[in-house]
Amino acid sequence: MTSVNPDLKLNHTPGHVKHDGHNMTGFVIFLCSESVIFLAFFAGYAVLKLTAPQWLPDGVEGLEVRMPLINSVVLVSSSFVAYLAERYLHKGNLWGFRAVWLLTMAMGSYFVFGQYIEWSELSFSLSSGVFGGLFYLLTGFHGLHVITGIGLMGLMLARSFVPGNYDKGEMGVAAVSLFWHFVDVIWILLFLLIYVWQ
Amino acid sequence: MTSTNYDPRILKAPHPVPGAPDNWKRFFSFNTDAKVIGIQYIATSLFFLLVGGLLAMIVRGELITPPADLVDPSVYNGLYTMHGTVMLFLFLFPILNGFNNLLIPTMIGAPDMAFPKLNAAAFWLVPVFATVLMGSFFAPGGPASSGWWSYPPMSLQNPLGHFINGEFLWILAVALSGISSIMGAVNFVTTIIRMRAPGMGFFKMPVYVWTAWAAQTIQLVGLPALTGGAVMLLFDLSFGTSFFRPEGGGDPVLFQHFFWFYSHPAVYVLVLPVFGIFSELFPVYARKPLFGYRFVALASFGITFLSLIVWAHHMFYTGTPNWMRHIFMFTTMLIAVPTGVKVFAWLGTLWQGNLRLNTPMLFCLGGLFNFIFAGITGVMLATVPIDIHVGNTYFVVAHFHYVIFNTIAFGVFAGIYHWFPKFTGRMYYEGLGKVHFALTFIGATLNWLPLHWAGLLGMPRRVASYDPEFAIWNVIASIGAFMLGVASIPFILNMVSSWARGPQAPPNPWRAIGLEWLLPSPPPAENFEDDIPTVISEPYGYGLGHPLVEDEEFYVRRSQEA
Repeated sequence: MTSVNPDLKLNHTPGHVKHDGHNMTGFVIFLCSESVIFLAFFAGYAVLKLTAPQWLPDGVEGLEVRMPLINSVVLVSSSFVAYLAERYLHKGNLWGFRAVWLLTMAMGSYFVFGQYIEWSELSFSLSSGVFGGLFYLLTGFHGLHVITGIGLMGLMLARSFVPGNYDKGEMGVAAVSLFWHFVDVIWILLFLLIYVWQ
Repeated sequence: MTSTNYDPRILKAPHPVPGAPDNWKRFFSFNTDAKVIGIQYIATSLFFLLVGGLLAMIVRGELITPPADLVDPSVYNGLYTMHGTVMLFLFLFPILNGFNNLLIPTMIGAPDMAFPKLNAAAFWLVPVFATVLMGSFFAPGGPASSGWWSYPPMSLQNPLGHFINGEFLWILAVALSGISSIMGAVNFVTTIIRMRAPGMGFFKMPVYVWTAWAAQTIQLVGLPALTGGAVMLLFDLSFGTSFFRPEGGGDPVLFQHFFWFYSHPAVYVLVLPVFGIFSELFPVYARKPLFGYRFVALASFGITFLSLIVWAHHMFYTGTPNWMRHIFMFTTMLIAVPTGVKVFAWLGTLWQGNLRLNTPMLFCLGGLFNFIFAGITGVMLATVPIDIHVGNTYFVVAHFHYVIFNTIAFGVFAGIYHWFPKFTGRMYYEGLGKVHFALTFIGATLNWLPLHWAGLLGMPRRVASYDPEFAIWNVIASIGAFMLGVASIPFILNMVSSWARGPQAPPNPWRAIGLEWLLPSPPPAENFEDDIPTVISEPYGYGLGHPLVEDEEFYVRRSQEA
């Protein structure tokens, strides 16, 4: 405001509204919203499973559980590893953070690789009835989230090499870590729904 | 009744145009100022109001005579589908996001939105999906033609077998619109939660902010469900799955659940901010505090909650089991409670008020009148036996146009006139505004009131030809529709000429109480900059004589001297 009369003065100290620091609030709101897409898919899965005249396509007995279970254990434990990485960062141990963060990424990549192997060995395809479609849609949509998470972790890792970048803690790491926990919790629900409830 | 009570000397003073035409280029750039983005949203969506209106007038031109003579029936299907889609996704959603951008930061005293870049990106997705949607007119086989709700199995018909077809582009456009809306919703909610001026507790927020918050909450909870359903529809259409294909074991009714889980609450996404506009304007033009402010504010979230558990009332006649019908009939009727709280509060505000009937107030009163009418037919439709009788007839069409146009669009126009001086720094021409209101009110009434009778007599919707016994109602409706087309002329004339060379607007032409009225017209880029006011009273203290903020005189004088 340039043309303000200099006599005009506030009689009290003006308040402040924070310009930044809202990222985590916004991100949590986004994740809540994102979870509804999964809930919609889960609800669709449950309804179709309960009502479809023919659930499994001809010649399909069901899903093999052992390999996916190992895969799940790796993914879910990577959440704890990500938390450990955050602790290292919190204590200012940058190299500890990088090493453990990289381990989280490796565990995530193992999961994606395991899922790729599983997909390539299945006897049904996307167009094999509602079961085939739902299986690939749900696992694929979740897989996209895992890949996104790994990508974001890579970005955070790269940013940790910028000097002084993480001196005051790093919101991005906390947000990506939260995203990773979110992806894991979704996987637990998805695993129960698809593999356990057969 | 005098329509102006601002100082006429201010209006005569020659003054260079602030804001608008001298640096109009910013409206065509990736600008992160919420006030620029707000105007971008509003201007874009008013353009698409004309597009959607043109489609509607072709539809009404077709229906003026019983046989299908103006356009081919298959073209007709595309026309009403695109009319509905354009009006919802390119007119109403964007224009209310425009209001949110202008009003939320200024009303809560924030310098901008929480995420300005995200905000601009959300806006620039609008022209992108608009292009996709408009482009579908040139797709092989024409645009999507299964109605704006896109029910399978009709929406899954792709006789020409092209991968890129009208329906494909329609789903793509709706998905992009959803992404834009979610980006907006995250931004609005974060801004409201985190960036309110000191002293502005939740029960000192203006009702518009409450309603915008409640509406954006619906976006966050409901929209992803539609996105999920749309993704599955796209897979069915293009990638050979059979989620909704009965011949492959799928369930077409499941799509209806996904669709209405969002698309019923979507009506509340639109109407809640309009309730906010009513709640802002009635106190100003009746010179009385809003009756029952806290109840009006809380009722917004009552509506949000109930709106998420009523969707199956759109499906009473599509194989919904009886027990489900009963539950949804009950929840649907419950919505009348929080809505009724608001209506009574507005009537209580108007009661014995000193009414000033200028254009925004006329649109508000017209909108309220129409809304009460729409509410009555709404309760009728919520009743299962009546709904089974009139479902899929023009009664439903007439009812929802009474909500969508006669209430929501009226509220939108009221808001545009009311805040026009604030955000352009120019006064609009009252005479043209009143002509616009008169044409709109008469046109809208002629258009949709008779269609209730046509519907009760059994005229089905979505047909290009109909039994001659319905002809008289349709002739009247078409005359009304063309009148609405004419009504856009004084409106456009008013907006363009007022903005270009209208009289300079004072900071507070309506003597309204609210943080946005303590800013100069138009407000500077960062609103209050470093001198953010401390709010000390509830809003709407009309006639109570206490200040809204600490040191109010400072802000009033500064806004006048800027």
